[in-house]
Amino acid sequence: MSHRTPAGRVHGLGSAQHGVDHWWAQRLTALALIPLIIWFCISIIGLIGTDHVTFTSWLSMPGRAVAMLLLVIATFYHMKLGLQVVIEDYVHERGWNVMLLVLNNFACVSLGTACAFAVIKVAVMG
Amino acid sequence: MVEFTLPANSKIGTGKTVNSANSTSRSKTFKIYRWNPDDGNSPMVDTFIIDLERCGPMILDALIMIKNEIDSTLTFRRSCREGVCGSCAMNIDGTNTLACTKATADVKGDVRVYPLPHLPVIKDLVGDMSMFYAQYASVTPWLQADSPPPEGGERLQSREDRARLDGLWECILCACCSTSCPSYWWNGERYLGPAALLQAYRWIADSRDEAAGERLDALEDPFRLYRCHTIMNCTKTCPKSLNPAKAIAEIKKKMLERR
Repeated sequence: MSHRTPAGRVHGLGSAQHGVDHWWAQRLTALALIPLIIWFCISIIGLIGTDHVTFTSWLSMPGRAVAMLLLVIATFYHMKLGLQVVIEDYVHERGWNVMLLVLNNFACVSLGTACAFAVIKVAVMG
Repeated sequence: MVEFTLPANSKIGTGKTVNSANSTSRSKTFKIYRWNPDDGNSPMVDTFIIDLERCGPMILDALIMIKNEIDSTLTFRRSCREGVCGSCAMNIDGTNTLACTKATADVKGDVRVYPLPHLPVIKDLVGDMSMFYAQYASVTPWLQADSPPPEGGERLQSREDRARLDGLWECILCACCSTSCPSYWWNGERYLGPAALLQAYRWIADSRDEAAGERLDALEDPFRLYRCHTIMNCTKTCPKSLNPAKAIAEIKKKMLERR
């Protein structure tokens, strides 16, 4: 049973003075992902049944490689922002909260970097 | 973790059934949440069958009749009985609303009456509103201006500026919206909730107020403001047909504008 006043609990540690950039970035990446995902799905459907050489030569065109990199960056940035909100919403134990937020950062950056590296490797080396 | 199930001492049992309707008349069954802090028991749902011929048209009329004629221990807040004071906010037929403006005839089948969700229950249908009021107080809901009022005392406002407050000033702080919001359920300690945020915007939007910057400073926080995930339960449930979700969106737009 806590004897803190309701006002004390509401004021807490004060306002963090951020949040607007996170919110805006989430919306911008969502907007960017609409055309990128449509392009990605149509392209992949068009490539069904083709062999590895056809695929690598398709991806090595600069426009496609750049679009694919943008897709990777927007996807993993959006994923990091979104998962962070889910963890903050539902995981309240301090230890789990911090651990999952750190893991989320590491996982999204690692996966995003691996995907970007794969795209660059195919685009540059075929 | 967030609590998805009720703790053992909050599991709801079946309480007593009282039939006060005479069999030939129109009757209605009310299933009402009961909890008494003094008897140590878990909450129960009592069933009251009442005669609608002898009862006023609203849910609140039925609750008052039950309290007067059947069980005087039934505890609930009520005052104005015309949707102005916000005292009788409760969860009726699965939706947060005011018992005084909800017609019994609009509920199909049995009428389930529970306290507002996720508030600590004090007794029966009475929830603890102290955090809700502290959140309201934290948005400093009064006019703040460095400029002294003009000669004559009144701070004037154009008709257009006054119209910007429509849909905001009507809020009666019944807490239907905040207690319908899942984000407020999970993070009610840090998220201010739709009611307090609508009130915050009421002052940000007021042309006579000079503290919009400080107000936005106090709200710029991942929890206080940005726990709103536009679930829209607030707008759907508001018994005054206001739009707290839009007020929150307007605050977010102001945040972006000054970025």
